[in-house]
Amino acid sequence: MSVLVIADHDNAVLKPATLNVVTAAQQIGGDVVVLVAGEGCGAVAEEAAKIAGVSKVLAADNAAYGHHLAENFGLLIAELGKDYSHILMSASTSGKDILPRVAALLDVAQISEIIKVESADTFVRAIYAGNAIETVQSADAIKVITVRGTGFDAAAAEGGSAAVEAVDAVHDAGISAHVKEELAKSDRPELTSAPVVISGGRGLQNGDNFELLYNLADKLGGAVGATRAAVDAGFCANDMQVGQTGKIVAPQLYIAVGISGAIQHLAGMTDSKVIVAINKDEEAPIFQVSDYGLVADLFEAVPELTDSL
Amino acid sequence: MKVLVPVKRVIDYNVKVRVKADNTGVDLSNVKMAMNPFCEIAVEEAVRLKEKGVASEVVVVSIGPKAAQEQIRTALALGADRGIHVETDEIVQSLTAAKILKAVVDKEEPQLVIVGKQSIDTDNNQTGQMLAALCGYPQGTFASEVNVDGDKVEVTREIDGGNQVVSLNLPAVITTDLRLNEPRYASLPNIMKAKKKPIENTSAADLGVELKASLTTVKVEPPPTRQAGIKVGSVAELVEKLKNEAKVV
Repeated sequence: MSVLVIADHDNAVLKPATLNVVTAAQQIGGDVVVLVAGEGCGAVAEEAAKIAGVSKVLAADNAAYGHHLAENFGLLIAELGKDYSHILMSASTSGKDILPRVAALLDVAQISEIIKVESADTFVRAIYAGNAIETVQSADAIKVITVRGTGFDAAAAEGGSAAVEAVDAVHDAGISAHVKEELAKSDRPELTSAPVVISGGRGLQNGDNFELLYNLADKLGGAVGATRAAVDAGFCANDMQVGQTGKIVAPQLYIAVGISGAIQHLAGMTDSKVIVAINKDEEAPIFQVSDYGLVADLFEAVPELTDSL
Repeated sequence: MKVLVPVKRVIDYNVKVRVKADNTGVDLSNVKMAMNPFCEIAVEEAVRLKEKGVASEVVVVSIGPKAAQEQIRTALALGADRGIHVETDEIVQSLTAAKILKAVVDKEEPQLVIVGKQSIDTDNNQTGQMLAALCGYPQGTFASEVNVDGDKVEVTREIDGGNQVVSLNLPAVITTDLRLNEPRYASLPNIMKAKKKPIENTSAADLGVELKASLTTVKVEPPPTRQAGIKVGSVAELVEKLKNEAKVV
């Protein structure tokens, strides 16, 4: 048995979620091999080789893989993956884009966003927006799986010394092209790996008021998230959405500000260690899942909280 | 240009989901069913392409029980031209659904397939990508903007940290994200008109696809519940608790 982990990266650095996937791979058992495919991604391959528990790194460095296009990645991973019992990738937008394509090319099912490994063929995942938890068993020879990072601890980034092996295979399907990328630039930590997350809901009333949350986040070294309602109302960018159809987070501290607590949102944050809710409606469902609830006007409470930290 | 839109019948998103007492699944008896919200967005996008003169025909296809005809009718009332119902009472897993859709694509030869990025029951987020792989088509997943230009389509994708724009050769598969559009409501005259639009009935066997399932559900359980904690009376008390009790700040 051997597990192929597809690294998530931006050609310069490894995304931390890859470390959680390595842990899931170790729980499945067998050799853990990491594939780093990209363009000019040598540094990422070196980084992957240092992850504790990784036995080998495959590096596919070619212009065809520069932008993680699913059409090219799919062909590459389907070819390399034939020799493995499991193919794993983070449930990032890349993983969700690429792995179903790989599974179809290999004529096997794909198992999405596992939160637990029961055994080498049995896995646990959330369905119905987190309202139900399914244990699913696969009869396929190759299990193709995306991994929800919050379900697994991160493997140690240092301590390993795996060999890096170059992969020469070049797969350019020639049917898709990258045009451009617009990434939000921020000095704040990334939402899914931040130790503290402050999220705002419809109670913030408008986008400008999110400044209150940014001030608090900066004080705590945290990231800012939002509910689907806040995103749909245009208060903030869609990649800030926390919930079943957005990002899944599990920080040490989650502060929900002006959030009622729709199940869709709760599915994205109930694994947080400590949950604080600030809402003026004392009946808000968010208080049923929070460790500390403060019934107060957020426009007074949040600045006061920021000042007292 | 012909556009194919697969739609799925799922539990209505407003319904409170209950896990069956015997842990075999979710209780779907006597609950309201509806078109999957991401599929509604797909239908809307296809109809808008037709209204813009880009698409000439919008064909909807649904795989499911007899009652899935209701969702096909809904799509027809929203502006689709005709429907295909692949009738089955079996639970169809993503890969099999993709194979059935591939057979429909082979027959209909659409230039564009627009499909919801995931269904709100199984939350898999797979079928569109699998269909693209089986057809050898490019895929524009999690789309927030779609622009057809000659023999290519430019798709803005919602990715972690921002947006990516890709250019795909047609034919292509697009999967819809929430912000692609806001679906319209069907008007009464259009609902009446939809009743006259044709729906072709077929089956997986007719399409030459075997209903296989390599995944078995071992059990389905309710999610672990989190205990409600305490209410604090002031910001000062909150800070004190976070520092000394929870030790997270």
